[in-house]
Order: sequence, then structure tokens, then C-alpha cells
Amino acid sequence: MDTATLGEWSRFVVSGAIAAFIIAWLAFCAETAYRLRQHGRAASRSELAGVGVSGARPMSRERGPAGADAAVGDGSSSGGADRIVDRADQADRMAGIGYSVTVLATLLLGAGVVLRAVSVSRPPWGNMYEFSITAALVASIAFLALARTRAGRALAVWVVLVVFVALCLAATVLYVPPGPLVPALRSYWLVVHVGAAVLAFGLFTVAAVVSALQIVAERAEVRGLAGGFARSLPASSTLDRLSYRLIAIAFPVWTVGPLILGAIWAEASWGRYWGWDPKEVWALITWLAYAAFLHARATAGWKGSKASVVSLIAYGTVLFSYFGVNIVFNGLHSYGGL
Amino acid sequence: MTARDVEAAPVTPEPGRPPALSAREFAAWVWRQLTSMRVALILLFLLAVAAIPGSVVPQNDINPLTVSDFRARNPALSEWYDRLGLFDVYSAPWFAAIYLALLISLVGCILPRSAQHWRAMRAQPPPAPRRLSRMPVYRRFETLAAPAEVLDAASAELRSRRYRIATAFVGDRSSAGRRGGRLKSESWHDFWPRFAEPAERPTELHLDAELHPEAEVPLGDSVAGEAGHLRETGNLVFHLAVVVVLVAVAVGSLFGYRATVLVAEGSGFANSVIQYDGLSSGALFDAGDLPPFSLELDEFEMEFVEAGSQLGTPDVFEATVRFTPEPGAPEQTRTIRVNEPLEVDGTLVHILNPGYAPAITVRDADGAVLAEGPVPFLPQDNSFTSTGVRKVQVAPEAGLGEDIGVQGLFLPTAVVDDRGPRSIFPEPRNPALFFTAFHGDLGLDDGQPQSVYRLETSGMEQFRAEDGEVFRAALAVGETVQLPGGYGSVTFDGYVTWVNLQIGRNAGKEFVLGGALLALAGLLASLYVRRRRVWVRVVPGDGAGTVVEVAGLQRSEGGDLDAEVDAITEGLVHRLTPAGPDPTGVLPTRPPGTARSSGRTADGDGDVDGHRNPR
Repeated sequence: MDTATLGEWSRFVVSGAIAAFIIAWLAFCAETAYRLRQHGRAASRSELAGVGVSGARPMSRERGPAGADAAVGDGSSSGGADRIVDRADQADRMAGIGYSVTVLATLLLGAGVVLRAVSVSRPPWGNMYEFSITAALVASIAFLALARTRAGRALAVWVVLVVFVALCLAATVLYVPPGPLVPALRSYWLVVHVGAAVLAFGLFTVAAVVSALQIVAERAEVRGLAGGFARSLPASSTLDRLSYRLIAIAFPVWTVGPLILGAIWAEASWGRYWGWDPKEVWALITWLAYAAFLHARATAGWKGSKASVVSLIAYGTVLFSYFGVNIVFNGLHSYGGL
Repeated sequence: MTARDVEAAPVTPEPGRPPALSAREFAAWVWRQLTSMRVALILLFLLAVAAIPGSVVPQNDINPLTVSDFRARNPALSEWYDRLGLFDVYSAPWFAAIYLALLISLVGCILPRSAQHWRAMRAQPPPAPRRLSRMPVYRRFETLAAPAEVLDAASAELRSRRYRIATAFVGDRSSAGRRGGRLKSESWHDFWPRFAEPAERPTELHLDAELHPEAEVPLGDSVAGEAGHLRETGNLVFHLAVVVVLVAVAVGSLFGYRATVLVAEGSGFANSVIQYDGLSSGALFDAGDLPPFSLELDEFEMEFVEAGSQLGTPDVFEATVRFTPEPGAPEQTRTIRVNEPLEVDGTLVHILNPGYAPAITVRDADGAVLAEGPVPFLPQDNSFTSTGVRKVQVAPEAGLGEDIGVQGLFLPTAVVDDRGPRSIFPEPRNPALFFTAFHGDLGLDDGQPQSVYRLETSGMEQFRAEDGEVFRAALAVGETVQLPGGYGSVTFDGYVTWVNLQIGRNAGKEFVLGGALLALAGLLASLYVRRRRVWVRVVPGDGAGTVVEVAGLQRSEGGDLDAEVDAITEGLVHRLTPAGPDPTGVLPTRPPGTARSSGRTADGDGDVDGHRNPR
């Protein structure tokens, strides 16, 4: 098959992945809804009857990531618990469907990315379309890895939504048919420099979702768990640690890929290792912002939602380094293909 | 930088009561503020924000052409930009002020911390707290081995896991003064009050055991182990390495230089300042240091994508040069590609932008050649529609005594449509020269510098055809056209390619790279090494056995201390079981009610010394 045919196939497969992600998203939404209703009833029942319901926090029961294990009753023993158990069952079923479909969608996306790579005979991150689908793949793999933990499962609705939106953007606005790279990009540095950027981008994206949920969870905790949606979230301190860990992985990757390897490549390609090109400036701004996050988190009184706000600001700079610089500025990094 | 500093908000003095700070106190206060984590955080953000305008406003040292373009379009705004240094953000005083403040803050924080870390590294781990069962991770088991044997095994086990250890013997407490136990080293005392229970006094030890029957195990000899000092070491190395990078960049830029020279096929240049078209260099750059090479451009090959969505984008840029490293040395043939510069003695020769140089011959009416050879034209679009001029200076006594200026368009693949003549593909498929011409005074003798790509037409008059229309001509390769009025003829002989070569040296780049790699190593250590303490205490049991307690305390975030303490406990059991893996009689147990809580840190602050913040 020639380049164009393979490229078309890649596009079909990615479209399939997009469809699968939206199905997974609906399933996760349904799961959340069941859990909230289950919790709502359990709470009102326990208030009325004074019966303590163990595991009142939804999602707190241990279960396999696929939700394949049979749901276990959550400990409420008196009559009327059937309906709650019922809801828990439905929620678990939805979670199972959501997880399975996400796995399928990720596999499809992976196939689409690989097909694209084959069609252009190079790593699939030579323009914004390719970068976006690969970063979405990284984010969904990171999510699937996290979904083995309780805190990770709570991210499902949001991570899947973000991946879905990113893929839609990629498939519509950012799409470019497969083609060769300009000579400046034909270098093994592309593999590592941009590859690391894709990896960090995907991880930062998941971390940003976690940080946003952390703020919601912490606000709900401060106000005494009044919020509806916040009930489906893990403890804010868990989310705080999770976003820290994701960023602690992504930050060195960002240091290596965009900054250090970027400087080495810039010297080989443009004759200077640092030249204040808009992309370089924004990669540095992103680095400074995440450095600020790490420092903020280590500072007394900045843990929790304040650090999460810093994390979200930092993610804003990531988005701008990507979309803003590629689209708005005309620098040496204008490879977006738009 | 201490917790006090972090929390000490700049106190606004109450009105009517001026602060009673001496100059010295004020300086100390300023220093404390500057080196505090909060100010560092603010400075980090400030630096990030300050870097933004440089990506939005065109910058002199990146693209001077866009700057002059911007100035022409926004004269009033440019005046303000000039005042604020917005055209040179990265060399502006306010930008320098921010990063210098950050640098001072960083050094001011790192140096005292380094000293403190040095002491901490040489100090012994703090002895076991009284009630190990209150530690976040706690295991206990009984063994038939004697207490001393267990202690030895525990020391060996912890040492094999690269813990630094100290042993404390309760039995010696009466002779050990106030410190509640004899330690092999005494410097642990500095750390004691912060992390363990309040200071124990030897007399209380006996009392405590009697007064607190709920203490399950009376105090016994113990081994304390601490690991993960590398975390703080990495943290300090990272920050020092960042300073190294910044200093290396600054110093290197003093010695570095970057020059451009336009070379057309068939011509060349010798590496010296006078041959450069443009040069920017650091203050300490010495022109005598330039490597004395010379090169001739044999061929510059350009190929472009011929079909598909990326039609017309560059595919191959490749320069073949004959290169002479120094005068008298044998000539070598080298190839320069986009990502493969030619390296001479630390100086790099890069390909920048290419273009075409049409060969235009101008003859006088008698057929004598007034000017010939390729003239570089500047590409105006991605299809290499190129503009340029041929300036022909004519001596007053020769010909008609007037200079001739040819101003033209070179089109590699020419079409003429309603938008006028233009090129539709960058490769020469249908090369054509469209031009008009002027006669008069080129103004080359009046000493004013002139662009070689533009005619100064104020002293010139445009040729007109006999019908009075402005003279225009379109030539294919090899064609000739006569100029009106018997001035002579213009011939389009063909074309060659040219390329801008960049010659430059990034002085000090090895130090920058070394610093960056060091920073990376430090960063990894500071993020992933966990600082933790483990204690093993032995207490003689009721019968012949010994009760062994193992406890762990996480001093930084992440990791699974539960698993590690489990492994240490198992290792200990294994060491105490000489006859193989049968652990009869030595059953590690997790006491009921001990939560698995490895995520907890010592002080909830998430890092190292608790009252200290990593920078």
C-alpha cells in the first residue's frame, strides 16, 4: 500500500478510536451517575435509620480495574439495601464497560498511530496532527495505568473526555495528509526531542485533570462534602499526591526532551543552542512554571489546592507552547503543518 | 532559609510606629526575604512572565527585519517599546534584574543548606523513639535468637541496604549522661528534638516503663538506620548545576560569535571578518581567533516536494564544498546538510536560507561586456519568486557615460496570470527573468552605504520604450534584449543557486551541557530518592525468645515504605534462621490496628527536613 492509502486507513482507525472514546465516556458518565444516586440513597437512609453504612464513599470498595469481579455488597445489612446494591452493580457494570471500551479505543488509537508512522516512515510526531494523536495515546495509556488504582478510576470521565476532545481537534482542524518532513526535521533528534515532548505532554495532561479534580475535591471537603459530583472523587490529598507523582515523572522528561535535547539539536541545526525562538521561550516558561509547582508544593501552606492552581497555570503554558506558538507565532519551530 | 523565614510575612509597620530596625537588621531581613522560598517562587513566576513579551514582540537579535518592519508600521508604539526595552527583552535591564535576583536567592539558599546538609550527612541517625509502634510502619516478631545476635543481624541487614546505622544500648544509660543511651556518635543530638518524641532523660526511662504499662515492650537496645541523604544532595547539586549553566551561558556569550556570508555556486570565501556580510560577537571575541579556513561552494542542491499536500516544501538542501582547513593545507571535499554542519576547530558552518542568483550580462552598444556573472536575488515567497538588481557602474568616458541599473524578478517556474508574473514552484522548471531598467547615477560614489538588493533610483531615470511606455522585458535562459536608446543589451545567461552560510562558535557549550546533565542527575535524585529511617529494637521476651520491633518513618514523599520494612523484616528473619528458610518460631506479625500508611511523611510537609524547603 502506498503512503496515501495507509494514511487514509490510519485516519479511519483513528476515527474508530474517537467513536470508542465517546462510548467509553458515556459509560463512565453513567457509572458516576449511579454512584451518586447510590450514595445519595445510602446517605439519606443512614440518616433516617441511624444505620451506619460502611463504604459510604462510592468507589471505595476494592474491585478489579475492569470491574469484572462480581460486585460485593457494601456492608449495609438492614432491609432496603437491595436497591443500593443494585445501583452499585449497575455502576460496576458501567465502569466495566467504560474500562473495556477505553482499552479498545486505546488499542485502536495505537493502531492508528502506528499506521500513520508506517505511512510516513518515521516517528508519528512530525506535525501537529501526528503530535496530537500520539500525545492522546500517551494520555490514555497513562490513564489505563492509573486506572488500576482507586484514585485513577475516578479520573475516567475527565481524562477520556480530554482525550476525545484532543482527538476531535486533531482529526478536524489539525489534520494534514501524510507527507515527508522538511530537511530540518530529518534527524534522529526528532525521535528523542519531540518524542520526549509528546510523552511529557500526555503526562502533564493527565496531571492537569487530576489537579482540577483535586481543587473540586478539596473545596467539597472544606464545605463538608456538600457537593454532589465531588462525592465520586477520592480524597483531595490522594489526588494531590497523584498529580505530584505524575508531574515528578513528566518534569524530568520535559527537562531532557524539549530543553536539553532541544538545545543540542538546535546547535546542530541552527548553529546555536539557545536563541530565544518563541518555542524555546515557551518551553522554558513551561519549565519554570512546573518548577514553581514543585517548589510551591514543598513550601509550607502551599500543598493542596494552591499547588493545584499552579499546576493548572503550568498546564496552560503547555497548551500555549503547543497551540499558541505553533499557530500564532512565526518562529523557527513552525512545523505545525497548518 | 528556615520555616520562620517562610512564614515571616513582610510585616507592614503599624502607622505611627516606625520599625525599629537598624541598617544591619534591615539587611538581614532583606536577605532572609530574598532567600526565602516564597520570594523564590515569586521570582520564578516573574521570570516566566517576563519572558513572554520576547515571544510576542519582534526581537532585534532574532529577526531585525521584522523589528524594522514593526517600527515602520507602529512608530508611536515603537517609541514606548524602545523605552521599555521590549525589542531586546532578553538583554533588558529589568529582565536581567529578575534573573539576577533569582540567582542570588538561589545561591543564598543553597550555600547554607549545603553546609547544613554536610553536617547532616556526617551525623548519626537519630536513635529509636520510645514507642516504635506509633511509627507509620511497624512490624514485630519474636525469635529465639539472643538480642545481641538480632542487633548484629539488623546492622548487617540495614548496611546491606545501604543504610547508615547507629546502635544504642539501653544498658549503658546510667553512664551515658543525659542522652538516654550510649551512641557510637553523639552528633545525632541536633536532629533529635524535631523528629522523635520529646527528649528522654535517663531517669525517666525506668519510670516510663513502669508508669505506662500500655507500652507493650519495655525499652531495649536498638539499631537506627537512615537512608536517602542522596535526595538532598541531588537537590543541592541540581540548583548548583543550574547556576553553572547560567554562568557558562553568560561567560560563553562573551567569547562566541556568529557571522553570515552569502556564497553563490562557483564562488567562495576565506574565513575572516571582512568577508562576512554580518557579524555579531561577544565583548571578548578576538578576530584573530578565527580558524583560517577557506571554502569554495561547488554545488548547492535544492529539491522540493513535487506533488501532494506538501507541494513545494523543501526536500533536499545540500552544499558540496571544497574546503581548505588552513592556507597551504590540502583541499578536501565536504558536504554540508541542514542538520549536519561542517565543524572546524570548534567553529560550525551551517546552511541557512538559499536562493537563486541569475547570471545577467550587460553589454554596451558595441557589445563590450559592462558586467557579467551571477547576482544573488532574494526569495520573496515559498516558490522562490525572487527580486534583485544588477548595478552596472559605467565610467563617465565609456559608453554613454551613464550607470545602468537592472531591477528584476527571477522566477524559477514562471507563470503570468492576473496577479502578474510569479513563480509557482521553487525548482527551475521554467526559469525566466522579468525586469525593467534605469539609467543615470547609481549613487555608488557618494559614500552612502547601499543595499545590494535594491536600486537607489533617485538619481536615475527609467528606460522607456519608443511608444513612451515603461521599458519591461521577459527573458528565458539565453535570450537577449536591447535596451532602448542605444544603451546596450541585457542577456539572461542562466542561473546558479546561492546559500547563506552561518559561521559561528558557541563558546563554553561543553560547560553548559555538562551543567545541564549534572542538573538532570541532581533533579532525578531529588525527585526519586526517598529519605527514610528504620529502627530495629530488641527486647528480651518472657521466655527464651526475643521480641524484635521494626519501624519505619518516611521523610519524603512517594515510594512504598511498607514494602521496604517488610523486606527488611524478612531479611532479618532470614539472617536469624541459620537452617534455611524455615521460619519456625520467628513469625513476623503486623500488629492489629497498625494501618498501612506508607504515604505518610514525617511532618506532612512533604520533604526533607520539614522546616526546610527544597529549592
